Amino acid sequence: MKKIFAVVLLVVLMASLFTGCSNSDQVVLNVYNWGDYIDEDIFQQFEEETGIKINYETYATNEEMYTKINKGGTQYDIAIPSEYMIEKMIKEDLLEPIDLTKIPNYANIDDQFKNLSFDPNNQYSVPYFWGTVGIIYNTNLIDGPIDSWDVLWDEQYARQFTMVDSQRDSIMVALKKLGYSMNTKNLDELEEAKQALIEQKPLVLAYVGDNVKDMLISEEASMAVVWSGEASAVIQEYDYFEYALPKEGSNMWFDNIVIPKGAKNIDAAHQFIDFLSRGDIGFLNADYVGYATCNIETMKLIDPALIGTTYAYPDKNLLENFEIFQDPGDFIVEYDRIWTELKAK
Amino acid sequence: MVNKFIRRFYTFLIFGFLYAPIAVLAVFSFNDSKSTAKWEGFTLDWYQSLFSNNYIMKSLYYTVLVALIASVVATIIGTFAAFGLFYMKSWKQKAILNVNSIPILNPDIVTGVSLMTLFVALNVNLGLLTMIIAHVTFCIPYVVLSVLPKLKQMPGEMLEAALDLGATPWYAFKKVIFPEIKPGIITGALIAFTLSIDDFVISFFTTGNGVSNLSIAIYSMARRGIKPEINALSTLMFLTVLVLMLILNKRTKIEEI
Repeated sequence: MKKIFAVVLLVVLMASLFTGCSNSDQVVLNVYNWGDYIDEDIFQQFEEETGIKINYETYATNEEMYTKINKGGTQYDIAIPSEYMIEKMIKEDLLEPIDLTKIPNYANIDDQFKNLSFDPNNQYSVPYFWGTVGIIYNTNLIDGPIDSWDVLWDEQYARQFTMVDSQRDSIMVALKKLGYSMNTKNLDELEEAKQALIEQKPLVLAYVGDNVKDMLISEEASMAVVWSGEASAVIQEYDYFEYALPKEGSNMWFDNIVIPKGAKNIDAAHQFIDFLSRGDIGFLNADYVGYATCNIETMKLIDPALIGTTYAYPDKNLLENFEIFQDPGDFIVEYDRIWTELKAK
Repeated sequence: MVNKFIRRFYTFLIFGFLYAPIAVLAVFSFNDSKSTAKWEGFTLDWYQSLFSNNYIMKSLYYTVLVALIASVVATIIGTFAAFGLFYMKSWKQKAILNVNSIPILNPDIVTGVSLMTLFVALNVNLGLLTMIIAHVTFCIPYVVLSVLPKLKQMPGEMLEAALDLGATPWYAFKKVIFPEIKPGIITGALIAFTLSIDDFVISFFTTGNGVSNLSIAIYSMARRGIKPEINALSTLMFLTVLVLMLILNKRTKIEEI
C-alpha cells in the first residue's frame, strides 16, 4: 500500500516538474557555454531588462559541444565555440546566420577582430574573448631571456618545462620554431616538425592539460606552454611569473558567440548577443573570466595596468607572426598520425 | 607481536589509500587561494561562494533529484523483475539473466550513445526526462542482481505455505516474501543511488537543454581550472554520507538488540 502511494506521489512529482517550465509563455533562451566562462550574475540583469529567461548549460571542449549540436535532440540558442570549430560548423551548415543589423552593439567590437579568416564578414559569429599561446615561466627559477620557442629545445632547461597535451598546439610550437605556417598542409614540413618534437621529447617534463597551473605554482615545473588565459590567472596571483610571446609567432585563438542550427528563439538570441556586446556587460564578463575582451567600450573600463601586458592585451607588434588556426579538413589525419607517432616514441 | 604489527600496518595502509585523497580535498577547501597546490591560509570563502553559485546549486539539485527518482523507480521495477525471474523455468531464467547482465558489461559510452541515438530517433528532446529514463535503465540490472540471491536463499516453500494458510498472493508477497528479501532490495537501491550520482558518461549523452548534473558541471570547469568551491561541495557531500551511515549503523544496532 505504502509503495503504491509512493509511486503515485512520484508520478505526480515528475509530472509537475515537466509542466512547471513549459506552460508559461515566457521566452527561455538556452545558452551553451564553456564552464565558468561568463559572469552568471548578468543573466538576472538580462531577464530584468528583456523578460527573457536564461537556461544555462556548460561544456568542457569544443568537440563535446559539437557532438551535442550535431547529433540533435537539443535546442541551444547560443553557443561559444573556438575559431576552428566555427569554421567546421559553417562548412557543415550547423550555424544560423546572424543579422548584424539587429546587433547595434556590434559596433563596439574592435575592427581587428572582425572579418577574420574563419568567418569572413562575420556572417555567423560575434567575437567574445581572444588570446594567445605562449610560454609562462617562473622568474625565480629561470633567468635567461625567454622570447623564442628555441628555449624549449635548450638542454639547460631540460625536464623543467611542460608542453600542452593538445595535438595541434604542440605541433604548432614545432612548426613555428622551424619557421613554417602552423596551418601547413605540406607533408615534408610536418615530418620535420615531428622530428623536432621527437628530439625535444627527452627534455619535456610532461605533456599536461588542466593541471599545468598547479604544477607551476607548486614549482614542479618552472616553465610551460600555456594559453594566455591560464597565464593571466597565475600571474595575477603570483607576480613572479612572466608570460612571453615567442618572436617566431604562435597561435591566436578566438571564442565567438554563435547561434546553432535548430535554435528556437532566434530573435532572443540576437538580443542576448547584443547584450553581451555591450561595454558594461563585457566588462563584467572580462573582469570575472580574466580573458581579453574584443570590445572597445569594455577596454575603456578595464584596469589600465592590464593594457600592454603580454598575457592580456599585448602590444600589436608582438603579434606580427601570429596566426589563427584553420580547420585542416581531411588533412587532420596527418596531424593525428604525427601526434600518435610522437606519443608512442 | 610482529604479526599484529603487520596486520595493523596493512589496515592503516588500506584506509590511508582510501581516505588520504578525501582528506587532502577537504583541507584545500579551506585554502585561501584558487590553487590546490599551495597552502595560503584558512578561509571559509569557498563555502560561501559555493552557496551563491546558482549553476552548481542547480546541478546539485538535478543530481539528487535524478538519483532519488532513478533509484526508487529502478528498485521497484528491478524487484518485481527479480521476483518474476525467480519463478521462471530455469532455461528461461538463464537466458533472461544473460540479457540482464549485458548492460552491466557494456561500456558506459556505448550505453550513452545508443540511448542518445534512440531518443533522437524518437524525436524526444534531451533533458531531465531522458536523463532519468537513462539512469533507471542502467540501474535496473544491478537491482535484479542484488535481489535475486535473496529470493534464492529463501526457503522454497514459504510462499506456498502462506498461500495454503489463506493469504492472498499480494498479502503473501507483502508479509512473507518482502521481509525476507528486504536487505537485497535496500542494497540494490543503494547501489542504484550511488551509480546514478557517480555517472558522467551516460548523463552527458542523454541530457541537454540546460539540465546538467554535478559531474558534468564539474568536468566542464576543467578548462579554467576547478575551483575550491568544488572541494567545499565534495567535503559537504562526504560529511552528509558519513553522518547518514553513522545514523543507519546506530539504528540497525538498536534493532538487533
